[in-house]
Amino acid sequence: MSDKEASNAYWKANVRLILWSLLIWAVVSFGFGILLRPMLSGIAVGGTDLGFWFAQQGSILVFLALIFFYAWRMNKLDAEHGVGEE
Amino acid sequence: MDQFTLNLLFVGASFALYIGIAIWARAGSTSEFYAAGRGVHPVTNGMATAADWMSAASFISMAGLIAFTGYDNSTFLMGWTGGYVLLALLLAPYLRKFGKFTVSEFIGDRFYSKTARMVAVVCLIVASTTYVIGQMTGVGVAFGRFLEISNTSGLLIGACVVFAYAVFGGMKGVTYTQVAQYVVLIMAYTIPAIFISLQLTGNPVPALGLFGDHVASGEPLLAKLDQIVRELGFNEYTTHHSDTLNMVLFTLSLMIGTAGLPHVIMRFFTVPRVADARWSAGWALVFIALLYLTAPAVGAMARLNITELMWPNGTDAQAVSVEDIANNPKYDWMQTWQKTGLLDWEDKNGDGRIQYYNDANAAMQEKAAANGWTGNELTKFNRDILVLANPEIANLPGWVIGLVAAGGLAAALSTAAGLLLAISSAVSHDLIKGQLNPNISEKNELMAARVAMGVAIVVATYLGLNPPGFAAQTVALAFGLAAASIFPALMMGIFSTKINNHGAVAGMLAGLLVTLVYIFLHKGWFFIPDTNSFTDADPLLGTIKSTSFGAIGAMINFTVAYVVASMTKETPQEIKDLVESVRVPKGAGAATDH
Repeated sequence: MSDKEASNAYWKANVRLILWSLLIWAVVSFGFGILLRPMLSGIAVGGTDLGFWFAQQGSILVFLALIFFYAWRMNKLDAEHGVGEE
Repeated sequence: MDQFTLNLLFVGASFALYIGIAIWARAGSTSEFYAAGRGVHPVTNGMATAADWMSAASFISMAGLIAFTGYDNSTFLMGWTGGYVLLALLLAPYLRKFGKFTVSEFIGDRFYSKTARMVAVVCLIVASTTYVIGQMTGVGVAFGRFLEISNTSGLLIGACVVFAYAVFGGMKGVTYTQVAQYVVLIMAYTIPAIFISLQLTGNPVPALGLFGDHVASGEPLLAKLDQIVRELGFNEYTTHHSDTLNMVLFTLSLMIGTAGLPHVIMRFFTVPRVADARWSAGWALVFIALLYLTAPAVGAMARLNITELMWPNGTDAQAVSVEDIANNPKYDWMQTWQKTGLLDWEDKNGDGRIQYYNDANAAMQEKAAANGWTGNELTKFNRDILVLANPEIANLPGWVIGLVAAGGLAAALSTAAGLLLAISSAVSHDLIKGQLNPNISEKNELMAARVAMGVAIVVATYLGLNPPGFAAQTVALAFGLAAASIFPALMMGIFSTKINNHGAVAGMLAGLLVTLVYIFLHKGWFFIPDTNSFTDADPLLGTIKSTSFGAIGAMINFTVAYVVASMTKETPQEIKDLVESVRVPKGAGAATDH
C-alpha cells in the first residue's frame, strides 16, 4: 500500500470515529440534558431526575470519557496505518 | 490572627510563588516565548490550560448564576466543557502538527491569503481585548474586598505581577505560573465546598452531596431546595423554565466559542507531539471538571443556606429579625458585604423582620397581603458575591476565606496572562513579522513580542480601571466572534480541501458581520445605550437571544464559504498537500523547526 492510500484509509477511519464521538457528545448534552429530558423524567436521581443529572454533571463525565477514548483509539490507528510520529 | 492579616498572608504567599516562577522561567527564544519551546508535558499543559480557561467568570460568577436560576443555567456547565470535545477531535492535534505559533498563521497559510490572516488577527485581538477587561476588573474587585485597599492600587499590583512573568517568561513563564495558579484556585474552590457539603449532606464530595440527602430534614437535598424556594414563590430549582430552542443554541454557541478562542487553542502548540495534543485536551478537561462538577453543588448548597438563614425557623414561621442581622455573628457576612454595595436589605413594612420572597408571584402577593408584608425586603443580592461570601455564609474558619481571596485572584490573573499572550503574539508574529517586516531577526521579534505584551498590559490595565459601560456584554461579543469566524475557518481548513481563499474570507466576513449586527441590534450599536432596536427579552428572530447567535453565525460562515468556494478557482495542489500533511501525525518533529 502506498503512503497516499495508507493516509486516505487512516483519514476515513478517523472521520468515522469523530462522527460517532460527536453523535454521543450531542446525545448526552443536547439530548439527555435538554431535549429528551422529559422522556427521562421517570428515572429518579437524588431528589430530581436523570435529565437534570446529565445537564449538570453527566454530560461533563461523558465528554471526559470521549476525549480519552478518542486519544487512545487514535494512537492505535496511528500505529496501524503507519502514520505515527515515531 | 485577624482576617485581614490572614488574607494578606495567603495572597502575598501566592504572589511570591508566581514571581519566583517568573525568575526561573525566562524565555530566551521566540519558540520559548510563543510555544514554551514545545517542551511542556501534556498533563502540565492540561493543568495550565485549565487555569488559562477558567477565568473570574468561572470561579466567581458561575456558581451564582446557577444558584439563582437552577437547571436553566446548566447551559454554562455543558457549554464551557463541551467545547473541549470539539477542540480534541477537530482542532488541537492538526494545529499542533501544522507546527506554527499562532492561530491566524494557520488560517493565512491554509487559505494562502493575507486577507484571511488579517481578518483572523482582527477577530483575535477584538475577542481577546474585550475578554481581558473583565479579568482586570475582577482583579481590582478581589483586591478591594479582601485587602481593604482601593480597586485602583489592587489592579496596579496585579498588573505588575502579570508583567513580571508574562513579559520576561512569555508562554514558558505563563505556563508554569498557570500550573501554580491552578493549584491555588482549585483548592480555594473545593475546600469550602467540601466543608459545606459535609455540613449539609455529610458527604465529603460536593458533587455527590448534591444528589445526596439533606442531613437536617432527611429528604434529598434537591427536593428540599425545590420545596423551600417554591414556598417563597420562586421558580423550582430543578425544573425547566426557559425557552428550549434558545437553551440549545446558547449551549452550542458556548461550545463552539470555547473551541474557537485563540488563547485556548494556542496552548496546544506547546506540547512535544501530536499524540500529546490529544491527551492534553483530555487532561485539561479533567482539571476543569474538578471545578465544574463542584460548581453546581456550590450553587445549590449556597441557595439553600441563604434561604434558611433568612427563614431560620422555616418558611411558615417568622423571618429573620433586623436585630439578629445586626448582632448575631451568623449574619456578620451580611454586614461585610453591605459595605460593598452588592448586598442590601430594607425593613419596608417596619415589622423588625426581613422577609425574603418573590414579590412578583401572584400566590405570594396574597400571602404577603395577609401577613402585612409590603414587598421583598432582601432588596439586593449580587450573584457575583456568592462564591466569595460562601465561606462566611457557612461560618467557615478565617484561613478558608484567605484562601478564597488568593483563588479568585489566581483565576483572574491566569486568564488575563493567557489572553495578553494571545494578543502580543498576534501583534509581533502576525502583524510585524507576517505583514510589516518579514525579515525581522529572531532577537528583534522577541523584543517586539515583549514590547507588544507590555503595551497590551498597559491598555488592559487602563480599560480595567475605566471599564466601558458595556464590559459585561462584551463577553458575548468575544464568544460570538470566536464561534462565527475563527472556529469554522479552522475546521474547514482541516476537514475540507475544497474551501479556497475566497470561500474562507467570504465565510469569515459573513459570519462575523451577521453576528455583530445581530448583537448590536439587541445590545445597541457599538454598545451605546438606547441605540438597540430589539431586546433579548423580545428578540428579532423567534426566541433567539443575541448571546445565543454565535452558533447561527457559524452556520452562516460554513454555508457562505462552501457556496463561494464552489463558484471560484479550485484550491492549488500545494495547499491540498499541506492539508494532507496536517491530517497525519507523521513528521510532526520536522514541522516544528521554524
